[in-house]
Amino acid sequence: MNAFLLAVALVLMAGIAAGLIRVAIGPTPSDRMMAAQLMGTSGIGVILLLAPVLAVPALIDVALIFSLLAAVAVTAFTRRRVTNHGD
Amino acid sequence: MDPVQLLSGAFLLVGAFFFIAGTVGLIRLPDRFSRLHALTKADNVGLGFIVLGLMPLTPDLFYGLKLVLVWLLVVIAGATGAHLIAKRALRGDGEDVL
Repeated sequence: MNAFLLAVALVLMAGIAAGLIRVAIGPTPSDRMMAAQLMGTSGIGVILLLAPVLAVPALIDVALIFSLLAAVAVTAFTRRRVTNHGD
Repeated sequence: MDPVQLLSGAFLLVGAFFFIAGTVGLIRLPDRFSRLHALTKADNVGLGFIVLGLMPLTPDLFYGLKLVLVWLLVVIAGATGAHLIAKRALRGDGEDVL
């Protein structure tokens, strides 16, 4: 079962790597932020899968912190305003 | 291999499929709102199935409750984030400014 869990985690990590394409080419900042959010969620999935494999239950708490920080990052990004420095 | 592990493996595979679909959608779809649509599917359904698949492998109840809590937080954060990004895109403020 552990090998299977690791294989699923590897698929998720491949998804994170593919998401970097959108971060690189994304035409607007929103697209980059969406890619970052998907990568964050995939990272949470990888951590949840690694917790039983490594037998470290504390990794669930790491995933909890990650999910909280992802929400804060997106909210902070959307609160940013463009300021005109001339006037 | 007992049926519980088989069921758990099936749920994990479905979850991984939704994550792949979300990532491909994020890269391939043409505009911002359809990309947002693909992203939220991966967030909610993909992670939901991963958590559902890990549930039979949990040693005790508290561990399983924390798994569900992680999923609930991600769902709430995903819904809030998608709403904020869509509102920002509709208003057009802050876009295309580097």
